[in-house]
Amino acid sequence: MSTGGMSKGGMSGTAVEIDRVTKRFEQTLALDAISLAIEEGSFVVLLGPSGSGKTTLLNILGGFLEPTTGRVLIKGADVTFVPPAKRPTTTVFQDYALFPHMTIAGNVGFGLAMRGVARPERCARVETALELVGLAHTRARKVHQLSGGQRQRIALARALVVEPAVLLLDEPLGALDLKLRRQMQEELKAIQKRVGTTFVHVTHDQDEAMAIADTIVVMNEGRIEDQGAPERVYLRPKSRFTADFMGDSNFIAGRVAEAAAGQVMVDTALGRFAVEGTAAVGQAVTLSVRPEHVRAGAAAGAAQPLGTARVLESGFFGTHHQCTAALEAAERPFKVRLPQKESIAPGSDLPLSVDPADLVLLTG
Amino acid sequence: MAPRLPRPVRNLPAIAYVALVYGFIFLPVAVLVLFSFQESRVPVPPFNGPSLRWYAAVFSDTRMMDALTNSILVALLSSLVSVVLGFLAAYGLARHRVPMSGLIQGFLTAPLTVSYLIIAMGLLITFNAVGVPKSLLTIGIGHVVINLPLCFAIVYSQMGEHQANIERAARDLGAAEWQVLLLVTVPILWPALFASFFLAVTFSWDEFIIAFMVSRFEVTLPVEIWSMLRSGLNPKTNAVGSFVFLISIAIVLVLDLIVLRKRKA
Repeated sequence: MSTGGMSKGGMSGTAVEIDRVTKRFEQTLALDAISLAIEEGSFVVLLGPSGSGKTTLLNILGGFLEPTTGRVLIKGADVTFVPPAKRPTTTVFQDYALFPHMTIAGNVGFGLAMRGVARPERCARVETALELVGLAHTRARKVHQLSGGQRQRIALARALVVEPAVLLLDEPLGALDLKLRRQMQEELKAIQKRVGTTFVHVTHDQDEAMAIADTIVVMNEGRIEDQGAPERVYLRPKSRFTADFMGDSNFIAGRVAEAAAGQVMVDTALGRFAVEGTAAVGQAVTLSVRPEHVRAGAAAGAAQPLGTARVLESGFFGTHHQCTAALEAAERPFKVRLPQKESIAPGSDLPLSVDPADLVLLTG
Repeated sequence: MAPRLPRPVRNLPAIAYVALVYGFIFLPVAVLVLFSFQESRVPVPPFNGPSLRWYAAVFSDTRMMDALTNSILVALLSSLVSVVLGFLAAYGLARHRVPMSGLIQGFLTAPLTVSYLIIAMGLLITFNAVGVPKSLLTIGIGHVVINLPLCFAIVYSQMGEHQANIERAARDLGAAEWQVLLLVTVPILWPALFASFFLAVTFSWDEFIIAFMVSRFEVTLPVEIWSMLRSGLNPKTNAVGSFVFLISIAIVLVLDLIVLRKRKA
């Protein structure tokens, strides 16, 4: 930060390379041969339910755990068995883990003191870091005098001030209330853009992941299900798990009838759809469609009718209405999103249609 | 309905009970202190003081003063050793995966349940067998034996998981293991370390059985008082007893003030 050499852009390469990392805890396989490359200066979010292995992976990056097999490289150097103190990584802990017996300046300056940075330079860098998080006025206070959001920022400043190659964030916003969490997400994103450090952030909150990530890595049962830009992961999920975990999805079971270059025809109980993707003729597949892509009313344009559904439940979500509606031919009710000002009573009939371009082919 | 008695009257049995209990506990001490100010040669009623002549006699008694110095020395050093060893044991067991840690913990705290007499006899036999002469050192070792389990138990109980994460953060920021201990663990545990040190001091300060059995020429204050008592009661024993009591109270007060101050902060 203070050296000014950390601006984003310039040389871009691989900050972290995870090479077939497996972690076994006695009977359970926490990570199953994970390989992942993290680009320098990017904001990567590891997203998954609890038990998916995302925190284990973060702990392996931070040096708090050693993998059973596999290697971890940071900026090309093998750090697999390097202890946390000697790694170019720092961590923002879920409970912040600030030093309660030190002042805020003492907390932020701790890492610099451990690196033998002389006092005048240390003070200057602590000041810069505190300004970065907007808390320069708290430097003489003790930890217990700060609010949760302020502590979170101090934890961030403390980890950033030593200019790590990679900053690891372990569900850092989990303890904050929703409003503060949204605000901190924006701030976190802005700070990351300013310092240009590679951020690896763990969360189980998919909204948070989409709000801050350059790249989302979806994890499930110790494996990577999907990875990519938030738009891609949300709109064209690669697996059924991703489609289900990242927001709501409706699934239609089907079988491939015809296959051409980059396009397949899928026969389902709701009709035949032409969708993008590759699959073998005769293969059982699933089509997934987001509730906001299901259109209510008569089919128009490219949309294809799905049939008339009976509305089971309807709820108001502020920005929209969402209802579940049963289609006779579908095995499960559909989730449908309706405009904010369009409420529909349970029991009424609703013709549904979908643009085949919005259907995602899932072969897994 | 009968008129309700005024509150002070209704509380009378409770007040009387409390007065009895406190009387039972503190009357002997009060009598001891009172007759330490006796003018005449016998510490029995009637009281004919106040006089400080017996205190003057105590403080000019070189044997008594030597014993006092020995007591202070043994209390401070043995407590310091107990706290350091207890802390290191607690840190090791709380922060590292130690094989059979349950068993080790059990052995560490087991002396708390053994009577001082048994410990003293065991030490005596061991010192004899090994050929360690009885001295202040052997008394100090004895006091470490009884205070180490206490210090370990107090410090261990204060080493929570949240604190483990704070230590992890220090390591993450580049602290070496000794820096984590000195800059993070010890300062955070300061109240527990302080409390266990002062408790150990008070226990060592008035411990008699072990000090009596493993000492010969250099003795601590309780042992010196005991040998004085053998030649019969006189107000000088009251004076020195009151002094020992005063010091114990002072230590407890210091401890209380510091712990209370911490709680308020």
